This record gives sequence, structure tokens and C-alpha cells, in this order.
Amino acid sequence: MRQLHAIAAIAARDLLKFLRDPLRIASTLVFPLVFIVILGGAFAPMIGDAFDFRTFVLVGVLAQTMWQSSAMGLVSLIEDRENDFSQAIFVAPISRYAIVFGKILGESLVALAQGAAIVLIGLLLGLRLTGTQIALAVPAAIIACLFGGAFGLIVMANIRNQRTAQQVFPFLILPQFFLAGVFNQIQDLSSFLRVMSLMSPMRYPVDLMRHAVYAGRPESERAEALASSATMDLAVIAVLFVLFMVVGTALFVRREQNR
Amino acid sequence: MNVVDGNNVDRGDVHPPMGSTAALDSDRDGVHPPVVMVDNLVKRYDGASVNAVDGVSFAVQPGELFALLGPNGAGKTTTISILTTTLRPTSGRVEIGGHDVADAADRVRAEAGIIFQQPSLDLNLTAEENIRLHAVLYGLYGFRPGYRLMPAAYRTQVGELADILGIEDDLFKPVRTFSGGMKRKLEIIRSLIHKPRVLFLDEPTTGLDPQSRRSLWAYLRQVRKEAGTTLFLTTHYLEEAERADTICILSNGRVVSIGGPDDVKSDLVERYLLLDCAPEHRDALRAELASRDVVWRERSQDERDGEDAARFRVDVARREIHALLKAIDTPLTVVQTHTPTLEDAYLQIVEHTMEEDA
Repeated sequence: MRQLHAIAAIAARDLLKFLRDPLRIASTLVFPLVFIVILGGAFAPMIGDAFDFRTFVLVGVLAQTMWQSSAMGLVSLIEDRENDFSQAIFVAPISRYAIVFGKILGESLVALAQGAAIVLIGLLLGLRLTGTQIALAVPAAIIACLFGGAFGLIVMANIRNQRTAQQVFPFLILPQFFLAGVFNQIQDLSSFLRVMSLMSPMRYPVDLMRHAVYAGRPESERAEALASSATMDLAVIAVLFVLFMVVGTALFVRREQNR
Repeated sequence: MNVVDGNNVDRGDVHPPMGSTAALDSDRDGVHPPVVMVDNLVKRYDGASVNAVDGVSFAVQPGELFALLGPNGAGKTTTISILTTTLRPTSGRVEIGGHDVADAADRVRAEAGIIFQQPSLDLNLTAEENIRLHAVLYGLYGFRPGYRLMPAAYRTQVGELADILGIEDDLFKPVRTFSGGMKRKLEIIRSLIHKPRVLFLDEPTTGLDPQSRRSLWAYLRQVRKEAGTTLFLTTHYLEEAERADTICILSNGRVVSIGGPDDVKSDLVERYLLLDCAPEHRDALRAELASRDVVWRERSQDERDGEDAARFRVDVARREIHALLKAIDTPLTVVQTHTPTLEDAYLQIVEHTMEEDA
């Protein structure tokens, strides 16, 4: 119980920091908007009219934004260390897992707020969601956020300062935009890229979100809309999540204590 | 008083503080175990070629004010980091409140409060939000997303502490707007809210103005008196250490001196008498000193400057001063006793060990 309260307190701190930072709120909304409006529009003619490409991109960007926001939010672990704040948390009598999970939960809440804003943009652009689709998209969104946080943790556990984080993250995330199929189809990649795509963690939450939003729509039958089965997406996410959490926490704690 | 050398510090050699006001007599008798026990502690940082802490041993009695002194890089912060579980030792044993830092880190953490060298507040949160986060992490209260939703007991406790330290008007302001002194006060409130047995203070007054420093110490003394909290201090201000029950001086990762402030002063720095007389009487004075088997030295021009201009430096124990002066017939023009300050002692000890190591 005490650990749960600690997790809630750590998570609430991150959410509060986000809500008090108008510039950060604005900047996290600009990128998805640019992606959806410009890239969705630019790629559409290449595909043909039969397929609503803007929805495809919007859903992809929705999952990608939440996953990435949560992952990059974990930079705050390093930021806290540099600001000497983490030492105050690390001397508290709570589990190291509670600390790390509280961080991931906090950044997930931030990412969910961003996801909600993207859905709002989508609705303004003409996206229509049924009750079933929403009911499926919310858990898919939560999964994307938590999984993104776990990915962020394992990356951060190996990084010493914010500057390195800023150099490493684009390198790890940009290729995944294409390998995960955020605004492109990944069904007919060359065999090398196909393997790379299967190794891209971002692919699975993106695909899972499309399964959720396309549920009951004609797109769910189309080969170009979905990359893997929802079951496979969930299974891969579950395995990687546990792996990232256990190894990431262990590495992070060791790095904090063994200098 | 011990002047200890190198790695051969035996825990049994560590005496209870002399002139201690707070340490209970029963503790001296060994009825209560020390609240902090450090045994042959070694820390070598990754990739370093020398030990940052090199076989340090000491014990702190309950209720004591214990001061860890030493120049920058002596190993003070490393030691305090290990004691507070944020750094893993390379070898050696450390117990806080009877709990081993390696095996029972959570028990140690619950017993300890810490004021870090660098303020460790979240500047984006308000003062109260910082305190609330801490209170929840220490399991005192469940988390509620607002001050008004927290239990009355919490609000009372925070209100009282803030009132004592005079920051009650600023509780709901972002910490970003706080002065250095206010941040320190806030950290103290935060570190005491779970009523720790030992409060670790790593250079708590560095960068504070004299007024803030004074009020902070007044409050710490009060905490010590009322709650019997053991204070474990590292500082560069020797007048702060002067009030300690035990002073432990570190140099190059080793304990070079440990004991009460008076012991550290008296055993390590000589007290001496400075004498002088008219130039024509100097031979007579030399003869008199020689006849009384007194050891003296005539100070060089460099050593004699300003007010401290006397020529003869006589090494003499305090109780012999009077007898010696009575016995001298030569008319003296200067009689000065030199009583070392803790700073003299500290500098002498540290310089001495550094020379030896070099």
C-alpha cells in the first residue's frame, strides 16, 4: 500500500510539472499536428483514394506520440539526477521499482494527455470513432504509454547526462518512425528492413492502436492497414515490457549506487 | 584523544566524546549501542587509482553532535553518501541504528534524515508539495493530490514546522522563488517530518548568510534538545564544529584525528608562551630560561610581524605558565599566551598529514 502511495506521489509530481509548463504543452502538440496535416496530406496521393490515408497516419502518430513522449519523458530521471533531486528520492525507504514505475506512470499520464489532444485534433479533421473503437483505443493508448516508459528506462539506464540523451534519442527513434510504419506501409519491406521492423519496439503499439481504431471498419480487412495480429502485438509488448523494466531498473539502480 | 595513523584505526579506540553535553551517560557505559557505527570503510570509485575513503572507522553515540571535518576531497561526502545508502561501499561495515546499510537499506533510510550538500528540492513544486512528496515516500501519510485533501495531522505538523522556521507564508509558493536560506529551512522541515534518529547534514550552511546560519543552528539545537536527534555534520565552518561533541578529521580518505574539540586542540597543537624583553636584557633572559630547563626557540624575523612581535617562543603546559613567569627576574616587555583555535589545530593536522602523504 505504501509503495502504491509512493508511486502515485512520484507520478503526480511529473504530471504536475507538465501541467505547469505551458511551453512544453504547446510544443508537444505542434509536432503531431504537423505530421498529421502535412505528412498525411503529402503521402495520400501515392496510395490512392480507396484508403483513408489521413486516418492511417493520425492513428499511427497517436500511438507514436504517446509511446515516444513517455519514453523521452524518462529523460527526467537524468534531469532529476543532475538537479540533485533524485538523491532525495533515492534515500527514501521505498522500493527502487516503485521509484522507477512511478516515473513511468507519471510520464504515461503526460503522454495520455497529449494523446487526448491528438484525438481532439482528429475529431476536428473528421475522424469518427464508435464506442467500441474508443473502448479499445483507451487500453491500447495506456499500453503504448507504459511500454514507451519502459523503453525510455532501459535507454536512460545506460546514459549519464541529458546531452547524451538528446543525442541518442533521435538516433533510436527516428528510424523507428519508418520501421514501425507510423506513416508508411511496412508489409512489403525488403527482408533486411523487415527484420529491422520486427525489432522496432515502436511497431507494436502503433499496430495495436490501428487494430483498436479499425475494429469493425472495412480497413481491418485490408492487408496494408495492419502489420501483425493484435495478439502478436500484445505478446511482444508484454515480453519486452517485463524485460525492459527488470533490466532497466537493475541497471539504473546499479548506476546510481556504484560509481 | 587519538591521533590515528593510516589504516590502523580500531573501532575500540574511538572514545566517547569529551565534554559532551548531550550524550547520555548510559550510552557511554555501552548500554545503548552507537547510533552510527563505521568499521574499516573503504570506497574506491570506478576507474580511480586511489581509495576515496580508505579504512575509516568511528562510532557516533545517540544524541551526539558529530562533526566530520576535512579539506575538499578528503572523503566527507563519500562517507556520508555511503552512510545514507546512496553509494555502495567497496568494503567495510556500516550500521545506522543497528541496521546494516548493505542488508537493510530500507530500515536505514527510515531512520535517517538527510540535508544534502546541494539542495535537492523540486523547484517546480511548491514548498508544501515538496514536503508532501517526502511525507508520502516515508510512508507517513497516504498520497492525496492536494494539501486540503491531506489528513489534519499532516497539515498541523507542516504548519508547526513552517511556523518555527518562519516560512509559513511561503508554503504554497514555488520553491523556485525561494532564497538559499529559505530552501535550506524547507529541506530541514522536510528531513525532520519523519522524525529520524539521525539527521545527516552535508555542509548545511554553505552559501548562507550569517543570519540564516544562526537561525538554522538555533533550530537544530532545539531539535536536538527536544527530540534527542543525533546530528551528523560535515562542515567547513570550524566554529560550527567547535560546538560538536566529537570531531572527526578526515584527510585523504583517512581518519587523522578524532575526539572532543578540546582534545583535538590540546593534543595536536602546542600551547605556547611568547615573551620578549628589552634587547639589552636578552642574554639574561636566555640564561634564565636555560637554567630552568625550559625549551624555547627564538623566532625568525618572518614569524615576528605586527602585534605578534615577541622574540622568544616558550613551549610550556598551561599549569606551568604561572610558575615560570614568577621565576623569571628579567624585566619582560611582552607576555603573551598562545591558545590554539580549532582552526589552528585543524590546519596543522591537515597540513601535517598532507605533507606526510606527499
